[in-house]
Amino acid sequence: MSKLRIFLGSDFVYRFKKDKVAVVSFSIVILLVLSAVFAPAIAPYDPYDLKSIDIMDSELPPSWNEEEGDDRFFLGTDPQGRDMLSTILYGMRISLLIGFFAVILQLFIGVSIGLISGYVGGRVDAFFMRLADIQLSLSTLMVAIIALAVFQASFGSELYSELAIFMLILVIGIAEWPQYARTVRASVLAEKHKEYVDAARVIGMSQKRIMLRHILPNTLSPVLVISTIQVANAIISEAALSFLGLGMPVNKPSLGSLISSGFEFIFSGSWWITVIPSLVLIALILSINLLGDWLRDALNPKLYKD
Amino acid sequence: MALLEVNKLEVQFPLGRKTLQAIHGISFALEEGERLGIVGESGAGKSVAAFSILNLLSKPGRISAGEVVFEGQVISEFSRAQMRHIRGNRISMIFQDPMMTLNPVLTIGTQMSECLKTHRNISNSEAREISISKLRDVMIPSPENRMDSYPHELSGGMRQRVVIAIALLSDPSIIIADEPTTALDVTIQAEIMALMLELCKNNNVGLVLITHDLAVVSQVTERIIVMYAGRIVEEGLTHDVITNPKHPYTRGLIKALPQENLPGTRLNQIRGSMPALDAIPAGCSFNPRCDFADGECHKDVPALVGSETHRAACVHIDRIPAFQNAGDAK
Amino acid sequence: MILVSKTPLVEIENIEMRFGGGGGFLSSAQPVVKALNGVSININKGDAFCLVGESGCGKSTLARTVIGLNPPSAGQIKYNGQRIDGLKTKERQPFTKKMQMIFQNPYASLNPRMTVYQTLEEPLRIHHPNMNRTEIRAKVEDVMLSVGNDPTWGERYPHEFSGGQRQRISIARALMLDPEFIVADEPISALDVSIQAQVLNVMMDAQKDRDLTYLFITHDLSVVEHFGSRVAVMYLGTVCELADTNDLFATPRHPYTQALLSAIPKIDGSGVGHVKMTGEVPTAMDLPSGCVFHPRCPYANDRCRKEVPVLQDNGDTKTACFAVEEGRM
Repeated sequence: MSKLRIFLGSDFVYRFKKDKVAVVSFSIVILLVLSAVFAPAIAPYDPYDLKSIDIMDSELPPSWNEEEGDDRFFLGTDPQGRDMLSTILYGMRISLLIGFFAVILQLFIGVSIGLISGYVGGRVDAFFMRLADIQLSLSTLMVAIIALAVFQASFGSELYSELAIFMLILVIGIAEWPQYARTVRASVLAEKHKEYVDAARVIGMSQKRIMLRHILPNTLSPVLVISTIQVANAIISEAALSFLGLGMPVNKPSLGSLISSGFEFIFSGSWWITVIPSLVLIALILSINLLGDWLRDALNPKLYKD
Repeated sequence: MALLEVNKLEVQFPLGRKTLQAIHGISFALEEGERLGIVGESGAGKSVAAFSILNLLSKPGRISAGEVVFEGQVISEFSRAQMRHIRGNRISMIFQDPMMTLNPVLTIGTQMSECLKTHRNISNSEAREISISKLRDVMIPSPENRMDSYPHELSGGMRQRVVIAIALLSDPSIIIADEPTTALDVTIQAEIMALMLELCKNNNVGLVLITHDLAVVSQVTERIIVMYAGRIVEEGLTHDVITNPKHPYTRGLIKALPQENLPGTRLNQIRGSMPALDAIPAGCSFNPRCDFADGECHKDVPALVGSETHRAACVHIDRIPAFQNAGDAK
Repeated sequence: MILVSKTPLVEIENIEMRFGGGGGFLSSAQPVVKALNGVSININKGDAFCLVGESGCGKSTLARTVIGLNPPSAGQIKYNGQRIDGLKTKERQPFTKKMQMIFQNPYASLNPRMTVYQTLEEPLRIHHPNMNRTEIRAKVEDVMLSVGNDPTWGERYPHEFSGGQRQRISIARALMLDPEFIVADEPISALDVSIQAQVLNVMMDAQKDRDLTYLFITHDLSVVEHFGSRVAVMYLGTVCELADTNDLFATPRHPYTQALLSAIPKIDGSGVGHVKMTGEVPTAMDLPSGCVFHPRCPYANDRCRKEVPVLQDNGDTKTACFAVEEGRM
């Protein structure tokens, strides 16, 4: 309890409260994440339940369109007759899930490699960093497209649609580890020459314990900052892959595949199928990035002192 | 009228929800050619005081009250453009780190001529000649060759000499030196201090020397100011203050020096530490660390009492026993 | 002088230390820095042995080598007669208990993410895994009190303390394992004058109470005079004078020691009468031939430029100087 009170009274919270952009973007992120988490409770329909879908309801405009709108569907319906609001909530759930777990995977791989690379140094370091250079010279999308296309071709689209969510997490997770590895390595290099690390060696602590107990905790603030940005990036990557038809299948759409599926109807006047999920995606990504920017400034000790 | 006067200066740093006051109304004056030392430990506000003379406070610091008067002009209210005629021209500054002044990608010669040409309308060859003569003044060997060196090619001591030469370029009437030798080795420190003393004497330049080192200040300056927690606690002629300090803080500082104690014995220490800017005690800010403090010390901020040549801000000045210096102890 | 032959606690024999050079897989070679060139020192039990010299003289490198942070390029270090250089962390364990270190920068030597208590209990958890919580707590409180710290500081983080308080926490950490020998690398040079006295007092009290031996690194000769029992003056990776403190201050023999002593600013303002040295300070990357001090030495001759002097007995002190040997000064 007292720790919470100390946190709420800290300069960090004070600075947060004074920054309107941070407060607004934080509220939007929390709102979207909560509505995604509680989608089954909030959504008026279950888009995965085929029985509740009536093809006769397809392509209905949002309910504020007085001529054609239907009061049952606040944001209209998609070409298969699913309620847009429910589909977006469920889609956001999938997008966030992929973004979140992909980042956890990146974090795990990247932080481990960065820590070892920075602490051990020498050849190990040179090897991992060249590997990171190679990884970075291939864009995430390129790697993902190749991996997913090969997978889809070799296992068939049926198995693919079942495993799509895991594949996306795996591919996006593996493709972006160098971001973390480089950041962590740089902080490890800065930290390992500080005297508290020498002090730990002088009291006879093992290398492993120094790495995990002393150095790792001191490299985590930049990791926290890039994690917010990386969640946004992973969601964008997933959306892009889905838009290209390599992401989530139509029966379990993410925000990206929703945008993609509505795209062909945009010229027939059914703009809402593409535009509304796009707006949600933009709001989500923008808020996460703004929050990340603020966090970077707030955790930067140099700026903090001024 | 004195060359430089600082009157009831206050400096504040608004930081988030609180405003920290670094300087609580200090006043002092510097006569032409006078050498003044400002002594204090970190957090005493000595550097802030020096920086505010030239309006060089880092953001968000600002002068919240008081004024700085130089040659009869209130320079604390000068615009940036007006200030540029004073800074580096009439009043020069030497920092602890020579690289604050020197640009790492320009040669010494280029930097010196540029400095000269911003304040004076002279030709390149004239500028070069003046620069070389100034380098010779600060005893840099073969100054003609050094003109084409980059700062990183010089040792720390040489760099600080170059900085002093740059400070002297426009024949200023005051040099403000902020811990100019703290980063240097003892043998180099001694050389640089001797050099500064000589240059100031020969050219009749006023010196404001900011340092934490009582020994350095006692060798170079004529008058010193001792600061504690943003206030002046003692000021006077250097010899008087060093040999007969009146304020308990100044006494504590001197008695804490190893050379003032018998070898192998416990040192006379001042208990506690300098208060943080947001936790300065009421009344005399030294009262929690003082052996002589009583109820009276918690009431008001004591005023400086004593003669023009030596005064201290302590209400118990008469009660404190006579100072015994090292000579007596040994 | 006492003529009892003592077995030295720490023997430093012909230590050499080189950094850089090499270059290997995907990395380039760096210039070789000769930080230590054949340093030999014996530290007796109960000594407050001071290493003094200016920046770049190798005094901190020697301290780090003795405590095992940098393995020496050549030479031996013995503790109680046993070789300890080049041991692995595990093999070193019995010696780490007895040898501890205090660092220069009180702001960097404590892990900012660990509470004071966590920092202090760590040595006990490593070396005394059998101690239970109450024993550990009692020990931490005991040591905190002995260095003049409030034991209730335990739950707070280092940034909440001033430099002097942190340095006392750092001393407490070094004392947790009841060591015999402490290496202190400029422990007071980052502190304010009034705080320096506090920390020095804590160190002297600890020496008295615990029968400690110190290797004290400093650039401040007035601290040496007050604190040290023996002193080695270093210049560019070599020891140029080695003596009991009283003798060194009474009769400094090496020209560098003389210059160093004369450069100490005196508070009584007794003039700026220091011995002037000529020339630039060379760096450890580009050592002069012969005696390393010769480019700045007023007494240097041809022999000094060619031959390297070794430490030799000269009455009370040992000096490495031909001018002293030949009586040229």
